[in-house]
Formats: sequence, C-alpha cells, structure tokens
Amino acid sequence: MSQAPVAAGTRTQRAWAVLATVLDPEVPALSLRDLGIVRDVRDGGAALEVVLTPTYSGCPATEVITQSVVDAIAAAGLGPVTVTLQRAPAWTTDWISDDGRRKLRAYGIAPPGPVDAAAGVPIRLVGRRAAPAIACPRCDSLQTERLSAFGSTACKALYRCLACREPFEHFKPL
Amino acid sequence: MTASIQLHHTPQLQYLLRLGDTCLILGQRLGEWTGHGPVLEEDIALANMALDLIGQARALLTRAGQTEGRAFDEDQLAFLRDERDYRNPTLVELPRGDFAFTVQRNLLVATLLKLLWQKLAESSDAELAAIAGKAVKEARYHQQHAADWVVRLGDGTDESRRRSQAALAQLWRYVPELFEADAVDEAAAATGLGPRWADVQADWQAEVGAVLAEAGLTPPAASAFRSTGKRGVHSEHMGPMLAELQQLQRSYPGGVW
Repeated sequence: MSQAPVAAGTRTQRAWAVLATVLDPEVPALSLRDLGIVRDVRDGGAALEVVLTPTYSGCPATEVITQSVVDAIAAAGLGPVTVTLQRAPAWTTDWISDDGRRKLRAYGIAPPGPVDAAAGVPIRLVGRRAAPAIACPRCDSLQTERLSAFGSTACKALYRCLACREPFEHFKPL
Repeated sequence: MTASIQLHHTPQLQYLLRLGDTCLILGQRLGEWTGHGPVLEEDIALANMALDLIGQARALLTRAGQTEGRAFDEDQLAFLRDERDYRNPTLVELPRGDFAFTVQRNLLVATLLKLLWQKLAESSDAELAAIAGKAVKEARYHQQHAADWVVRLGDGTDESRRRSQAALAQLWRYVPELFEADAVDEAAAATGLGPRWADVQADWQAEVGAVLAEAGLTPPAASAFRSTGKRGVHSEHMGPMLAELQQLQRSYPGGVW
C-alpha cells in the first residue's frame, strides 16, 4: 500500500488531536490532554513517540492508558507508536487544564485547588482546624465536609454536601 | 519451585533495597487489610496507600536491578529473593495488628519516608531523584491520614486510648534501627546517592513527637533491644509473610497478569 508522505508537523499535530480523544479509564470525563499527562509527541520517522508522565506511583491505570494510546494512534493511521513514561518532573494536578477542571465539575467531581509550590500539599499534623472548604460540584455550596481522605482511587477524597445532601468526590491537589 | 536469585551486594544496592523493601513490605501489610477495614472508607484508604507503596517499590526495585548489573527485573527482585536479601527495617514486617497499631506504624514510616524523599529528590542518581519527586507528594497524604487517626484514637475513648498506648509500646522498640548509622548509609552520603537515615532523625522526632503529644500518648522509655532487618536478619514474622508474597511466582514461574 502506498501512502502520500505526511509532513512531520501534520503527523504530530494529528497525534495531539487524537490524544485529546483518549479518555482516562478511571476518570472518563477527562482526556489524557485534559489531565495534563502528555509531555510531548515526537516524530521519529518510522514511529511516533508519545511521552507521558504517570500520575500516581501506584496508579493501576498506567498500563491501560499506555495501551489506549497505542490503539488510538494506530486506529487513526498514524502508527506505529512507542510510549515513553517520563517520571520527572513529577506530575501535578496544576497541569489539569481549565477545560479539564470544567469537565470534572460537570462530571460531579470537585476539581483540585492550586498546589502550594513551597509546601506541596499543606500538612497539618496537629490541631483539628478544618481543611479549606471544597465547593459542592452540584450546588456550589461551601457547606461541605470530608468523609475520607481516600476515595475510589488514590487521587480522590470523599466528601458530602451539607446543603444539597449529595455525596461527591474531590480530586486532591498533588 | 523456582530457584532464588542471588545478589552481588554493594552499598548502593543495599541502600536502594532498604527503600524499595520498606515500601514493598509495608504495602503488603496494608494490603492485608483489604476486606477487613473497620469501616469501608478506611478499608479503601489503606488499599490506596498500599497501591502507592507498591508503585514506589516497583520503581525502586527496577532501579535496584539496573544497578546490580545482571538485569534482574522488579518481579524477580520482589518475588525471588531469599529472606536475608530483603533489607527493610523490621518495623514494617510486623503483623498488621489492630487498626490503632496500623495507623501508628503508618505515622512512623510515612514520616520517615516523607523526610527521606525530600532529600532524595536531590540524589545524584537522576532516576532515584525522579522517583522521590513523585513519592514525596504521596507520602504527605499518607502521613496526614495517619496523624489524623493517631490523634483521634489516642484522644478518643478509653478503649481506643488503651489500644493506642499498647500499640506504641510494641512499635517503639523497633524505632532505633531506623536511624542506626552504618557503612551503607555512609557510602550513600559520600556519593550523593542519598542521606543517611540518621540525617532525618531530628525532624522525624519533632514531627512524630508533635502528633503523639496532641494524641496524649507517651512513648515508652528507650530499650536496649535492636532489630536488624536492614541488615537482612529479620523477625519470625518475615518468613510466613514472604511465603504468601512469593507463592504465585514460585509456583508459576514467570507468570504475568
């Protein structure tokens, strides 16, 4: 089969567009680009190279995501592709796009606030001062309380809204 | 049965194994809570932390295998070593105990790991620095979770307080091993691979001490007992745990998901 040569920019641009359609298997409201884990797409001539940053060290979705990228790039006729996992700099929830944050809220997950660059995650080892209020993604009330620091996945905490009485999840700043 | 792998021990390898095995073995112990947590939310929280730890162990054991020189992979290192080649401090292999024991141990270990990761993020080994840069964020959440529970149980009911004080008495004698200086640590400090564990002792005492004070718990007096897991000489609890950990790979060599 003969194919017209594709300009490098076009091929990587098309790959970026494809990656905007590949969903995170654990938070299927977000694409990999919304999640901010795509670092680079390089055209190596024979094969494309997609560079991803893993989210959590033990995230069980990492292997699924890698395979989804390979499948989606191949289905778009842009293959073959290799996926490289790049650990540094470490992924942060600050890389979730504004569009991604909007999609999270619409999906019923309160998006993460900004990570304090100096302190990382704010730690309060003593005292029972309440953590900063998280707005309910359904009714926007700040009258919410945390039920558990860990939810259905390591990246989320369980909350409930005291105004509309609905439970919800919060994507923790990392 | 698949034969065990034999390692060429160097200070560098032992340093990496101490970190990797601390994560692996505590991850295994926390995983044992799955289906047994006191409430569903805590069952899930412990499983999530176990996943983080095992993810960290995978990265560290992969790095350890690369430096060992014979291309052992993470699975070979996790599942095919003899007991004496595991280099975790004894503290993390103790049976999971009750929930008070588990959250107190988590506080002691998460505080240690958080402080180590902060320094390891500057390691001369770029891969170790990258692993640490990610893991430190996770360890902060582990430490926060443990601290919340230690205070809640220590400053709780008579029963929770009694159990908390009993757990602390059991755990405290395994603490000195964490900060014992030896040639492995000296080599790591000299090459820039990472800090001596003793280098974080003062910060560890300050952070753990603050939580225990808030919880109204008093550490017991120091004892002369010294555990020796970091040198490969483990407690009687290690063997049965490894039997369970290794059983699948020993019975079905090379088996993968």
